[in-house]
Amino acid sequence: MTLGSVPLRYKVSIDRDQCMQCMRCVDNCSYGVYRVEGDNILIDSRKCTACHRCISMCPRDAIILQERPVDYRSHPLWTAQTREDIINQARTGKILLAGMGNALEYPIIFDRLVLDACQVTNPSIDPLREPMELRTYIGKKPARLEFRKNDQGDVELATELAPNLKLETPIMIGHMSYGAISLNTQLSLAKAVKAMGTFMGTGEGGMHKSLHPYQDHTIVQVASGRFGVDIDYLERGAAIEIKIGQGAKPGIGGHLPGEKVCVDVSCTRMIPLGSDAISPAPHHDIYSIEDLAQLVRSLKEATEWKKPVFVKIAAVHNVAAIAAGIARSSADAVVIDGFRGGTGAAPKVFRDNVGIPIEAAIAAVDQKLNDQGIRNEVSIIASGGIRNSADLAKSIALGADAVYIGTAALIALGCRVCGNCYRGLCPWGIATQRQDLVERIDPDIGAKNVANLIHAWTLELSELMGAAGLNSIESLRGNRDRLRGYMLDEGLMKVLNVKPVGA
Amino acid sequence: MEKIIIDAKGMHYTPLNRQIRQAVAAGIKEIEIKNVLGQRFIANGLRGDVKITIYGIPGGDLCMFMNGPECTVYGDCEHAPGNTMDGGMIIVHGSAGDAVAHSMRGGKVYIRDNIGYRGGIHMKEYESKKPILVIGGSCHAFLGEYMAGGLILVLGIGLQSPINDRGIGSGIHGGEIIIRGNVDDRLLGIGSRKVEFNENDLRRISPLIEDFCSKFNIDPNPLMDTNYTHIVPSSSRPFADKYTWE
Ligand code: SF4
Ligand code: SF4
Repeated sequence: MTLGSVPLRYKVSIDRDQCMQCMRCVDNCSYGVYRVEGDNILIDSRKCTACHRCISMCPRDAIILQERPVDYRSHPLWTAQTREDIINQARTGKILLAGMGNALEYPIIFDRLVLDACQVTNPSIDPLREPMELRTYIGKKPARLEFRKNDQGDVELATELAPNLKLETPIMIGHMSYGAISLNTQLSLAKAVKAMGTFMGTGEGGMHKSLHPYQDHTIVQVASGRFGVDIDYLERGAAIEIKIGQGAKPGIGGHLPGEKVCVDVSCTRMIPLGSDAISPAPHHDIYSIEDLAQLVRSLKEATEWKKPVFVKIAAVHNVAAIAAGIARSSADAVVIDGFRGGTGAAPKVFRDNVGIPIEAAIAAVDQKLNDQGIRNEVSIIASGGIRNSADLAKSIALGADAVYIGTAALIALGCRVCGNCYRGLCPWGIATQRQDLVERIDPDIGAKNVANLIHAWTLELSELMGAAGLNSIESLRGNRDRLRGYMLDEGLMKVLNVKPVGA
Repeated sequence: MEKIIIDAKGMHYTPLNRQIRQAVAAGIKEIEIKNVLGQRFIANGLRGDVKITIYGIPGGDLCMFMNGPECTVYGDCEHAPGNTMDGGMIIVHGSAGDAVAHSMRGGKVYIRDNIGYRGGIHMKEYESKKPILVIGGSCHAFLGEYMAGGLILVLGIGLQSPINDRGIGSGIHGGEIIIRGNVDDRLLGIGSRKVEFNENDLRRISPLIEDFCSKFNIDPNPLMDTNYTHIVPSSSRPFADKYTWE
């Protein structure tokens, strides 16, 4: 028996009175929604992904898009999506893959935390008048400093300092690999981080040579597939990150389908054209925390102890204990990726159900490291669903040193979170390798947009800090007294170590 | 000065590697390291044209990320010699632990005796770079798992059946595994399959067998027939059929 088709996800229509037949929608849609027949533009709504490319290009605001134009019988449990997933799996018998981050309606903890401001008793600071210290160092800090007097009688630092990354603002761009995103996207991000004095992750899969001029602002990644990893690559990065897990799909590997492995991607990843790039679930040379320490030290040894090494894990139930193990492995920073982290593709059951929110993970890790007296051994980088400067400020107040943004940076380049990255047809030129689409991004303009975003958040962060009477990021870091929980339950407030509003 | 000798007795791996790097930078072509006992990461990330001879037992990740040098070990090796190695050669007069040649992308690793689990796991090739792992004796489970390119050859010298452990080539999607004698079907991992090993294949690998044997003073002649099992991927896209899109 046939199951027939499911209702349209989106319905596109054109206000024909407004339309001037410029055909921009036809040219811009890479999913094939529009077709010209004679004088008429025909619409195939079933192909629409709500990427909004046509809408953003239409000079007449003539395009109308409606989500779920056909109602199901409403039911709180059997939502349209649940029903459609079942139909899909009844048809195929396969694992469901989905794009972008967690799409279930879990409460957002960030939105239930409020920040503090000064009134009367201690004055707030005007960032226009007073310098705001946002410079952030990522890496090990010495537990104590020792000094010696030199021949001239001057005091010198005797303690040997571990290499640190110097960030002008605590916002970095997380790892999105070439292959998953286009070269022009990576170039835009690279130019932006260089201009803003911060860093970006290259993702797993090597570094394209066009990125070499920006290598001092990159963090290179070593993931379980070891794609594109050689000594040359390791030496180029300002820091090296070992990717153990990812918030969107904790516990499982990755898989770049052969269709996305074009000539340039093949060369950067160092794999044959069109072959699948499979990253196994674990690193097969890491089966224990001791093995992790071995890889950390191996990377340091290979680069002569000149570079900080980060370890990225997905935020899972035992994140605090795992981070404490990482802190003892010679790693310089732990990156925690919350369950809202974005991705090009992940099994839906993982994306929506595995892992914990970043807010709780930051607090638990910061607390554990402090309790064990090893907070100075590693910096904490938080990622996975950081949407604005408020999330940034709250992350730092919960204990993070800096954040990685991913989706937010892509939105600054046009992404509308349509979640169809896996199809390789991104009309914004982001998640695609098709040359005509990639060329839709001008890296200079893209860089400006991304730099604007980072600049704007940095300004807002200074304002928030100033209002709270703080003039340095260190005073905000882990300062949970400047947070209050609003409508959070007692158990969670205990984990976050924050008081309720009014207390 | 063309050759130096380093006494590694009681030495930590960082100063040891520093000495090696300095020697290579100074143009030294031969380095002999004596009294090696568990030092990890020897020749890690090393480049250049140099021959290194190790007496003793090096620790884990020997020659990891290495590109170019030739390293001979008189002794056994620990975990993962040749890990993510890029080019050059490792010759081990003894046995080695788990994950030998893990993710190796170029060069050769010869192990005279046996290796542990996950040998040659996720080896991969690209254009002219084709990693080769040759094992004189036997190995444990998951040989060539996730293999994406290159060649693994198991000679099983002096053994009735070279491998008695399962998961050979599970998830393999590139490259080939050649094992002396017959391999039971039940030992093959998901995604791998046997194909015929013929005279052409023998002609192709005989220089490799000869080279391997010459390093260890082994007579290659008894190995020169078609009594091998040839294991290849059943698909270059092993997981393509597992998923459907939302
Ligand atoms: S882009 Fe707008 S105005 Fe142009 S053809 Fe399409 S609907 Fe009409
Ligand atoms: S990057 Fe992905 S989610 Fe964003 S517009 Fe492109 S295809 Fe859609």
